[in-house]
Amino acid sequence: MRDVIIIGSGPAGFTAAIYTARAGLKPLLIASSVEVGGELMKTTEVENFPGFPEGIMGPGLMANFQEQAEKFGTEIVYDDVVSVDLAGDVKVVKTGLGDVFEAKTVIVATGAAYRELGVPREKELSGYGVSWCATCDGFFFRDLKVAVVGGGDSAMEEANFLTRFASKVYLIHRRDSFKASKIMAERALANPKIEVIWNSEVAELHGEPKLTGVTLRNTVDGTTSQLDVEGLFVAIGNDPRTELVKGQIEISDEGFIKVEGRSSKTTLPGVFACGDVIDPTYRQAITAAASGCVAALDAEHYLTNH
Amino acid sequence: MSAAKNVTTASFEADVLKNEKPVLVDFWAEWCGPCRQVSPILDQIAEEYGEKLEIVKVNVDEEQQLAMQYGIVSIPALQVFKSGQVVKSIVGAKPKSVLVNDLAEFLA
Repeated sequence: MRDVIIIGSGPAGFTAAIYTARAGLKPLLIASSVEVGGELMKTTEVENFPGFPEGIMGPGLMANFQEQAEKFGTEIVYDDVVSVDLAGDVKVVKTGLGDVFEAKTVIVATGAAYRELGVPREKELSGYGVSWCATCDGFFFRDLKVAVVGGGDSAMEEANFLTRFASKVYLIHRRDSFKASKIMAERALANPKIEVIWNSEVAELHGEPKLTGVTLRNTVDGTTSQLDVEGLFVAIGNDPRTELVKGQIEISDEGFIKVEGRSSKTTLPGVFACGDVIDPTYRQAITAAASGCVAALDAEHYLTNH
Repeated sequence: MSAAKNVTTASFEADVLKNEKPVLVDFWAEWCGPCRQVSPILDQIAEEYGEKLEIVKVNVDEEQQLAMQYGIVSIPALQVFKSGQVVKSIVGAKPKSVLVNDLAEFLA
């Protein structure tokens, strides 16, 4: 049986791997089949991760995390966890390809999944004009009009990034001010290619087989209007990914895994959680990494005492 | 690095449109993280089902015309061609089990 299984491969998961591997615990990190590296894989330049004064590309940063984790003996499995049994002294983790792994401790670092708009035809038009990844898909909208939905940092980043390609970027936000950081918001507001549409939300999607436009609804007076765009980039936030562990460990009212105080301890002994899946507030690469370190040290401590 | 053949505008007709076997074209780019994640999965599928389905790659940076012609607006985009026609279109990186399932009619 193994000492540690880590579920997740973002900054939290890999940091937990680096620490537990350095402690000689030979962690097994289950990285997922197609989302290895997590959210940062969808970003471009990361300017606020300490230690990289020139900035670093998100995928490059995650490649570094992984290299460092592997250097100390982390074993990585490229598969998706489909079920877990965390209650007993032996924790059982099953993957999509049918492998079963057992360990004394499990560190849950499953992060958060992007939120959907919840409008009709969203699924059908995903990949056909509706996108959650400007860095993946922006390229295809050269000299076309696109819109970004959202008011946080990721919406600002996507809007700015898209101006490299698109002729015009509408930034649709349901309030009358952004919750993004000042530097990101100012950059978007100062960009001549970006036009902000305040107090509005997307009510309908149009186009067949590809997106050609959207219907907007004003959140103040309820009036609707049409906007012709060929791309719609959704950046309205994330929800913690807790489906795997729901019913086994306690989840907070806000939907995050509950941990004890400043630790990573969940309501089950030997099960620890870190990163965006426990964090309703900060959700930065650096805070996720720090929280991965906490989980590794908590797991190490638990193993010493059991 | 993937073992799949790189197809260009010049070779597209011979390699894809006039191929006797169904061909899965993986439209991809260097800068696309999800493309890098799906690439080894496609290699595995090619290894296991190469007899039935040929898998090739089109780099959308180098072949913008082809990407435009086939209406690509999101990558990775996987399009299956049979007798010169697109008969299946899959967008986004998906786990192997899902891809094998989606492509079942071409792998049997």
